[in-house]
Amino acid sequence: MRTSSKRLRLAVFALFSALTTGVAQADLWVFATVPEWGALAREIGGDKVTVYNATHALQDPHRIEAKPSLLAQARRADLVVAAGADLEVGWLPLVQRDSGNTGIQTGKPGYFEAAMQVNRLDVPTVLDRAHGDVHAAGNPHVHLDPRNVLKIGEALSKRMAELDSANAAAYQSGYKAFADRWQSAIARWEKEAAPLKGLGVLVHHQSFVYLTHWLGLRELGTLEPKPGIEPTSSHLGSLLSRQRVTPAKMVLRAAYNADGPSQWIAGKAGMSAVMLPYTVGGTAEAKDLTGLFDDTVQRLLKAAR
Amino acid sequence: MHKPFAVAALLAASCGAQAASDADLAAIRAQIDDMKKTYEQRIASLEKKLAEAEAQGKSAPRVAPAATAPVAVQTAAPVAASTASVASATRASGFNPEVSLILQGQYKNMKNVAERGITGFVPAGGHDHGNGIEGISKRGFSIDHTELVLAANIDPYWRGQAILAMLDGEVEVEEAWFQSLGIGAGIGLRGGRFRSGIGYLNEQHPHMWDFADAPLMYRAMFGDHASFIQDGVQLKWVAPTPFFLEFGAEAGRGHTFPGTDLNKNGSGAAAMFAHLGSDVGISNSWRAGVSYLTTKAKEREAHFEDTAGVEALGKYSGNSATWLADFVWKWAPNGNPKYQNFKLQGEYFNRQEKGDLLCEDADTLNPTTCTGGVGSAYRTRQSGWYAQGVYQFTPNWRAGLRYEQLDSGTRDFGANNANLVVDSYKPKKATAMVDYSWSEFSRVRLQFAQDKSMFGITDNQVTLQYIMSLGAHGAHKF
Repeated sequence: MRTSSKRLRLAVFALFSALTTGVAQADLWVFATVPEWGALAREIGGDKVTVYNATHALQDPHRIEAKPSLLAQARRADLVVAAGADLEVGWLPLVQRDSGNTGIQTGKPGYFEAAMQVNRLDVPTVLDRAHGDVHAAGNPHVHLDPRNVLKIGEALSKRMAELDSANAAAYQSGYKAFADRWQSAIARWEKEAAPLKGLGVLVHHQSFVYLTHWLGLRELGTLEPKPGIEPTSSHLGSLLSRQRVTPAKMVLRAAYNADGPSQWIAGKAGMSAVMLPYTVGGTAEAKDLTGLFDDTVQRLLKAAR
Repeated sequence: MHKPFAVAALLAASCGAQAASDADLAAIRAQIDDMKKTYEQRIASLEKKLAEAEAQGKSAPRVAPAATAPVAVQTAAPVAASTASVASATRASGFNPEVSLILQGQYKNMKNVAERGITGFVPAGGHDHGNGIEGISKRGFSIDHTELVLAANIDPYWRGQAILAMLDGEVEVEEAWFQSLGIGAGIGLRGGRFRSGIGYLNEQHPHMWDFADAPLMYRAMFGDHASFIQDGVQLKWVAPTPFFLEFGAEAGRGHTFPGTDLNKNGSGAAAMFAHLGSDVGISNSWRAGVSYLTTKAKEREAHFEDTAGVEALGKYSGNSATWLADFVWKWAPNGNPKYQNFKLQGEYFNRQEKGDLLCEDADTLNPTTCTGGVGSAYRTRQSGWYAQGVYQFTPNWRAGLRYEQLDSGTRDFGANNANLVVDSYKPKKATAMVDYSWSEFSRVRLQFAQDKSMFGITDNQVTLQYIMSLGAHGAHKF
């Protein structure tokens, strides 16, 4: 009698603790808002982390909704890795607050913003929506400069170690191994992409500014008349007339952008329209971070030929 | 500073093509402007960084800047400290709440009906005369409430938000609440005045609606605001499950329709709700919910018609219990709603009221069958539903259809059945809309509706509506 009531009490306690803490005890549960940071967390954490990617490469990261599934995942996360710089302003603040998870609130160690770890480009001097959907903290697509990935990885590995001190050494060595591989990969990409230097390009959205900055490509215009506003025929027409003076060699778009506008202008101007994976999963080749840059560089080189 | 660029570019262009056409010149100018802009921005950000670095050097113990709160935690990493760069954030005004303003108005063509209501349903507005229900019955040009939204984190533990609605010399506090950030274990606490978590549309403000007006069902349930607003507390719990499961409970004053202000201790209205939701593949997501609201009314006034067609005043005292079921399904190819998406949404309600009715003359000069006051039992059971689909077929255009039907159901006024006209009717309405959005901050909508919510009247309504949102516009719920 006594033992059974004890057993019952134990079972109730076990059930309660399972309900309140979830099964997140074994690993560090990482909620990545975009695939690139999910991939980075996996590189650093290996089998010590469980990573959930809130979005995938075919979704425009600016247009995500606070879906019920995201709330459920955020509720159980130990660490939210966001791009930051207002990229997720349309959904993440709501998911953080409504998740009832105090650890992932802004200002807590469980909330990490990648863009805040590096120098950002395109920081607007004037904040006015007349300029379109501008980001006050600068361009948030920082991951397309691999040197940024390294800096962010360093900060992220420290944060992971802080949250999960039992595995701190694993995160440290995970980052070190990644950094070694990454540094030699950067050298390789820079060498391979050397012929691209000075090449003029058009872009669909300002999502490649860090990439063009890194490789020395010259951005000659965006198909969107203003950030976040879909290309209009009059704007494409003006880009086309500019093409005669300062010809661009190719037009870049992300896997999630519609292909119509870049195909149109490429056809008219006789240049190549290049679809870049933009993030992990954007193409079959971009299986991980290394694949992302391998494929990006290869696609650019192929179009430049 | 930018002159050398301009000169160089002009020079290069003029050398390359001797006879530069106007189009070429325009193109060059455009490019120079672009260059200027980029360089100005880069220089400005560099200047900012320089100023910051100097400031940091002077005052050694650095105060965490407001807008870059996450960075404050990250100061462990040396990289982060050097890149925390929003100069304005160091000013006290950086703590100002996020401010946004909603502008909304319309042009409306419809029949001139003196007192708009829904046949077979007690009007939530009580006994308003003349103008009928405000906003719904205005023909021609009109503006809706202008909503001012102020929101901010109060401290690490709480967040607050106020929504003030302004129109014609009155300011209404639509919402004013605080919400917990620091409880954890999936628990969320909210207190103050807020839109109740029951149903699906109840929490949404008019600027988020997919049609120019609320479904009849919400107007029948809660009146002009088309939302049940609580002055009270709400407790929510999100279960730690791989799918979304949430439970919520509320206790509040319950002073709004279908309840009345009770002047008593304790709570006047209680609500409970449960939500379940998940994804199906990468292209679909859904949420379903059930809710229950119970509230009390004391001498809730409404106009009735007596058997001779004279207006009588009925005062209801008793309970009001409402069940709601809601369902939303959203589809977007590959889960990317930017270019195309579809939203299917439906809700059902069932309300039961049990209590007493006191029937009196509405006007002492027009005696009714109730003159002197006739008390009776009062029992109603009413229901209704709507279903709507909205398809966004390009980044800017959406089109939608909505169909709705109510059922006046059982209405038993006991002894007063002999004195009052007891309408039995099934109000119906069909609506079609198309809207255009220049960006996510501006929208214009054209809507056609055939409204048969009043017995014997088929009202064909045309609405041309605009919705503009200014400033820091927060995230919307699913």
